[in-house]
Amino acid sequence: MTSSQLAMAQLNTGERALALLGGEATDANLRRYLHGIPGIDAVGLEQRAADLGTRSVKTSSKKWALDKIISLIDLTTLEGADTPGKVRSLVGKALTPDPGDPACPRVAAVCVYGDLVPIAVQALGSSHAAGTATGINVAAVATAFPSGRASLAVKLADVGDAVTAGADEIDMVIDRGAFLSGRFGQVYDEIVAVKEACKRADGSYAHLKVILETGELNTYDNVRRASWLAILAGGDFIKTSTGKMAPAATLPVTLSMLEVVRDWKRLTGARVGVKPAGGIRTSKDAIKYIVTVAETVGEEWLTPSLFRFGASSLLNDVLMQRQKMTTGHYSGPDYVTID
Amino acid sequence: MSFLDYAPAPESQAVLNLRSDYGLFINGEFVAGRGVPFQTINPATEKPIAMIAHANTADVDTAVAAARRAYDRTWSKLSGSDRGKYLFRIARLVQERARELAVAETLDNGKPIKESRDVDVPLVAAWFFYYAGWADKLDHAGVGPTPSSRGVAAQVIPWNFPLLMLAWKIAPALAAGNTVVLKPAETTSLTALLFAEILQQADLPAGVVNIVTGGRETGQALVGHPDVNLVAFTGSTGAGRAIARSVAGTDKKVILELGGKAANIVFDDAPIDQAVEGIVNGIFFNQGHVCCAGSRLLVQESIHDDVIDRLKQRLSTLRLGDPLDKNTDIGAINSADQLRRIRELTEIGEQEGGERWSPACVLPDSGFWFAPTIFTNVSTSHRIARDEVFGPVLSVLTFRTPAEAIAKANNTPYGLSAGIWTEKGSRILAVADKLRAGVIWANTFNRFDPASPFGGYKESGYGREGGRHGLAAYLKPAAGRSAARTVTTAPAESSPELDAKAPVSRKKAAK
Repeated sequence: MTSSQLAMAQLNTGERALALLGGEATDANLRRYLHGIPGIDAVGLEQRAADLGTRSVKTSSKKWALDKIISLIDLTTLEGADTPGKVRSLVGKALTPDPGDPACPRVAAVCVYGDLVPIAVQALGSSHAAGTATGINVAAVATAFPSGRASLAVKLADVGDAVTAGADEIDMVIDRGAFLSGRFGQVYDEIVAVKEACKRADGSYAHLKVILETGELNTYDNVRRASWLAILAGGDFIKTSTGKMAPAATLPVTLSMLEVVRDWKRLTGARVGVKPAGGIRTSKDAIKYIVTVAETVGEEWLTPSLFRFGASSLLNDVLMQRQKMTTGHYSGPDYVTID
Repeated sequence: MSFLDYAPAPESQAVLNLRSDYGLFINGEFVAGRGVPFQTINPATEKPIAMIAHANTADVDTAVAAARRAYDRTWSKLSGSDRGKYLFRIARLVQERARELAVAETLDNGKPIKESRDVDVPLVAAWFFYYAGWADKLDHAGVGPTPSSRGVAAQVIPWNFPLLMLAWKIAPALAAGNTVVLKPAETTSLTALLFAEILQQADLPAGVVNIVTGGRETGQALVGHPDVNLVAFTGSTGAGRAIARSVAGTDKKVILELGGKAANIVFDDAPIDQAVEGIVNGIFFNQGHVCCAGSRLLVQESIHDDVIDRLKQRLSTLRLGDPLDKNTDIGAINSADQLRRIRELTEIGEQEGGERWSPACVLPDSGFWFAPTIFTNVSTSHRIARDEVFGPVLSVLTFRTPAEAIAKANNTPYGLSAGIWTEKGSRILAVADKLRAGVIWANTFNRFDPASPFGGYKESGYGREGGRHGLAAYLKPAAGRSAARTVTTAPAESSPELDAKAPVSRKKAAK
């Protein structure tokens, strides 16, 4: 750590933001800070992402990558039609992704709506991580997901309910309307408040993932500013999308967010996670993300506490690829289980 | 083993069907050369690939005579649309045999397969497609109505982009109705000879394109041949000067595309991550064997340390090694001679006080290799800031104001290309206007397109290649049109200082 990083490490989130912004997190201070960050050239960013996508990951590297991808998945179901039965089935899949291969790793977490957290916790039983390093986490989307259009009180109650029910991770959405109209202070304050609402009775905190909904922010410059804003306010993870609108996660957007967490580490020494979500359906795509993480922030980021895939159909494609690597031939969708 | 050590992913050579020796391609057939054949080797392993024929003066005579015959009897009599059909056919065959051409190029040249596969060969096809479309539209090439071709073109190309430079030369020449005798570089003849096979496949009339392989004296015999009408050369400024001298006093039209020492200017409001990519692409693309390489980084003093930090971090992720591996970023230096020159200039750089840095990287035991290198603390008087290294070596200089950046960028005998990095559009236009370089890239670097003219100021040569300007060089106005008219309508005919500057490379607006 450099000396300036050490100085930063002594501060709590609020003090750190105060030091970096040179004052309170007002609209004006935040605007000055966020607009002082170097811009992004869209053509260049997309070119770099495309270049990273041409890496050829074969044999032993591919095998490693496939297992790694499984261990980074937040296996997700976010439908109006979700039922306790559906969630139990999802948990079953999370625990035993490939019944034919006990060596197959488990996913990082299951991600559900807040009201289904108790079902997920119960279904996981002793396999629920609940703050331990082993086991599977329960993540809940909250704060009037996916639009975020509700009062702060409602959003905080949403978060509080999920945490009380045993959620280990909260996936919140930012108020895109406030962000796009320049009310950066409001977005900041909301994230700070949600983070506080993640506090459990024992004083520990549920992990906070901040969804930027990059498809609605529209420009890479906005994505970069929203990423800095979410990190300044204390988010543990920055997440691309709700998966409820297109475009969801793209490689260039994820690359730009990885560059932010890399720069944040350079500045403060602290590590923030990144979660692309929505639209990543194939092993081939997921491997491009793994490559991008490794070449942008380093391999140390390829761990569940720093990188996740928000996905549902990705898992089975990875399992089929994995079986192919073991047996030498492709099986088919009937040889992997649906959840 | 860490993930970033990526398991080997070599491109298969099975697609290649090389012969053990190659003759000269004259009058549509491969014939033996009368000089002593020489070996072409793989610069990554120093292993021989094939024997190449050596054309002596008599062979060059035969080739020029074949080109003249083809010009008089066939090619100049064909309609533009018929010439276009041949060019379209060649373009499609290049695409069909793209993988084979890419593997051969990488084998013979040492460049990474990802570059020959994704850049060189696709651009070769693009060049033929582009000029195929021009063949029946010559009235609009800018030299007046019903222009005529020039005759036999003598073309000498370098080793850094063997097949691409061939396409830059042959495509416009044929579209305009000329016939060609082309001499590839001594170390990289292979893909030109594969291209000759494509010409046979395309059924191009015999003698329209002739390829003579050999060394410097072969090239001298070709450009000095009394029966050629046009000389087009890409290569070093020294060789270009010799050619200009040898054709002085003749009526041969000359196009020279020579060396460069491009400034890549990074302002403090640049999109920093993309600028770092652009710096890397500017100087480490093709091992820096690029005449328009951004070999001088001019970075605003206020962001110097940050940019260098990021650049070093990025360089440590570059992968140097087997050029045929699909994950290789930096391939082999093309020849022992070139490696010697790079070593010599970098040693001088150190002696002059430049601070040298390279990422930790293991160089293979055999073959010609040079680690990517940056020199900081360089001033304009250092030789590494003035001489063209033509290798993966970046010199970093600083500036304080736009005026100083422009002055330093222009302070070179060359003037081929330059790059500008800033988020401020008006600054791009203002600075580009004052840079004396033929090609200026804004927020990007080393991008090529057949529609865009390419060429230099000052010692970087004269004439333009690519686009309408590149076509016009191979045409002359219909007989009887006044000379004054020629000058005003044909930039390629005017002096280099009057040449229209290639337009600033505009990209689609940033999102």
